[in-house]
Amino acid sequence: MVKSKEMLEIRWHGRGGMGAKTAALLLGEAMIHQGKYIQAFPEYGPERRGAPVTSYNRISDNPIKIHYGIKEPDVVMVLDPTLLQTERVREGLNEDTILIVNSKMQPEEIKKKFNINAKVYTVDATGISEEILGRNLPNTPMLGALVRVTGLIDFDTFLKAVEERLKVKYKENIVKGNLKAIKKAYEEVKGL
Amino acid sequence: MAVKNRKRMALTGNEAYAYAMKQINPDVVAAYPITPATEIVQIFAKYVADGLVNTEFVPVESEHSAMSACVGASATGARVMTGTASQGLALMHEILYIASSLRLPIVMAVVNRALSGPINIHCDHSDTMGSRDAGWIQVYTENANEAYHSVIMGIRIAETVNLPLMVTLDGFIISHEMEVVEVLEDQEVQEFIGERKPLYNILDVDNPITVGPLDLQDYYFEHKRQQVEAMKYAKEVIKSVVEEYNKKFGTDFPAFIEPYRMEDAEYAVLAMSSAAGTMKEAVDLMREKGEKVGLVRLRVFRPFPFEELREVFKNIKAIGVMDRADSLNTMGGPVFNETRSALYDLETRPKMMGFVFGLGGRDFPIEDAIHIIERVKALKEGKKVDMVEYIGVRE
Repeated sequence: MVKSKEMLEIRWHGRGGMGAKTAALLLGEAMIHQGKYIQAFPEYGPERRGAPVTSYNRISDNPIKIHYGIKEPDVVMVLDPTLLQTERVREGLNEDTILIVNSKMQPEEIKKKFNINAKVYTVDATGISEEILGRNLPNTPMLGALVRVTGLIDFDTFLKAVEERLKVKYKENIVKGNLKAIKKAYEEVKGL
Repeated sequence: MAVKNRKRMALTGNEAYAYAMKQINPDVVAAYPITPATEIVQIFAKYVADGLVNTEFVPVESEHSAMSACVGASATGARVMTGTASQGLALMHEILYIASSLRLPIVMAVVNRALSGPINIHCDHSDTMGSRDAGWIQVYTENANEAYHSVIMGIRIAETVNLPLMVTLDGFIISHEMEVVEVLEDQEVQEFIGERKPLYNILDVDNPITVGPLDLQDYYFEHKRQQVEAMKYAKEVIKSVVEEYNKKFGTDFPAFIEPYRMEDAEYAVLAMSSAAGTMKEAVDLMREKGEKVGLVRLRVFRPFPFEELREVFKNIKAIGVMDRADSLNTMGGPVFNETRSALYDLETRPKMMGFVFGLGGRDFPIEDAIHIIERVKALKEGKKVDMVEYIGVRE
């Protein structure tokens, strides 16, 4: 496996409708406010509600030349824990990979149950989004957990960028709800 | 290729292209925005609906009609744009030739996607390679940023030469990938493209002319011959427009080819579009190991820059040419065939081999890029290789 240097690579796993693609796009857009070069792209497959979907981010200080799917990511985001058994989520994991899972379970329980050797963090993104947004939309709370664990962007800068983006498409209460969900996940992520 | 101190936007290739169209604000866009077309004209239609452009948007019933409407509109002297991909371009095929022979500077987005069958909507170059003899200028871009700037340059080039021009970007890989795009101000775009100065206007009743009449044994050949001259002229214009653009906006886009680490290279790869980006990384990695390898990215395929290729490859011992389409002629893809033909007259003719890769959206990871470099090295060393090798396929 050839690894690109000086670049953070993130792989998102969810099911169609959970917002894995939107999460990657939101993160990408937020990171350009930090002066970074970014890529955000979905896996090039059919998108159907409920089917497993993958999306990707690359983040770098320099222009990004490469264009292909990420096989050995630095960070893996799992929006649906039932996908943890699948080959596509486990591909390229090693002891240094940060794995953030949408789950009520403790990180150690996840490691043991799914026999995973990685730096595991958990957050109840589904619980948070159902409580605040009334629906299972784990993508935005997962972003909150990601920013907390990796520290890759100043949290306030990130919140502002997400607000700017969401406000183009959604009503104020939805924007506020998402920001609240992100903050709650940022506070509650386990494994730090 | 970064533009200095420009506004940075996070845009997908589709969004970047549509944004350039918005800033260009064409008079007419005729399109049939359904799969396998991409979001480009869909996003543009929203600009129209929101009143952000003055464009007359003509939603037609097929791509054949889309290009026909573009031809009609362009013949009135209007600035005309459209977009398509894959089967849509194939359905336009016969009208593509009408547009170029009437010398109409229509600028079209083509998102490169495979032609059926089997049915596939993912990236390869079989669609535009199928249109390579239609008399259109073809510009292949590496990423969303280059696609954006190439559309703006494309308007000036097409309208100066009076030939239609397509700017292509790789389907999904670039069209659906968000990247950083460094954009110009609306006014800068308008100043650069200026007003179209048409050769004729079919609606000018004071100066009536006939457009598109029967043109048999007596003059058809002369008109075709003039299209060749127009393509030769396009080479001068592409060069001068790209130079002017770079100077004005602080960019450094190549006109026809982009040599990458070719200074002391002994062997090299020729690639187009997004795969060239991945190949740059592979060249960097092989250079770290002491390999004297370089890359040339081919940006303009029509007109074919044979003189530039001869110059850049004149001291190179072995070349691998990458094609994301196959001619099914049993001797490789069109880029390989034409490059080999272009280099035939070199006194120190390099050894050459072709690589067909990525058909139907097959991923092109860096491992495959390195493998190609290793195969070209084997060719250089006189080892036995096939004239054409297929990369990343089960056989």
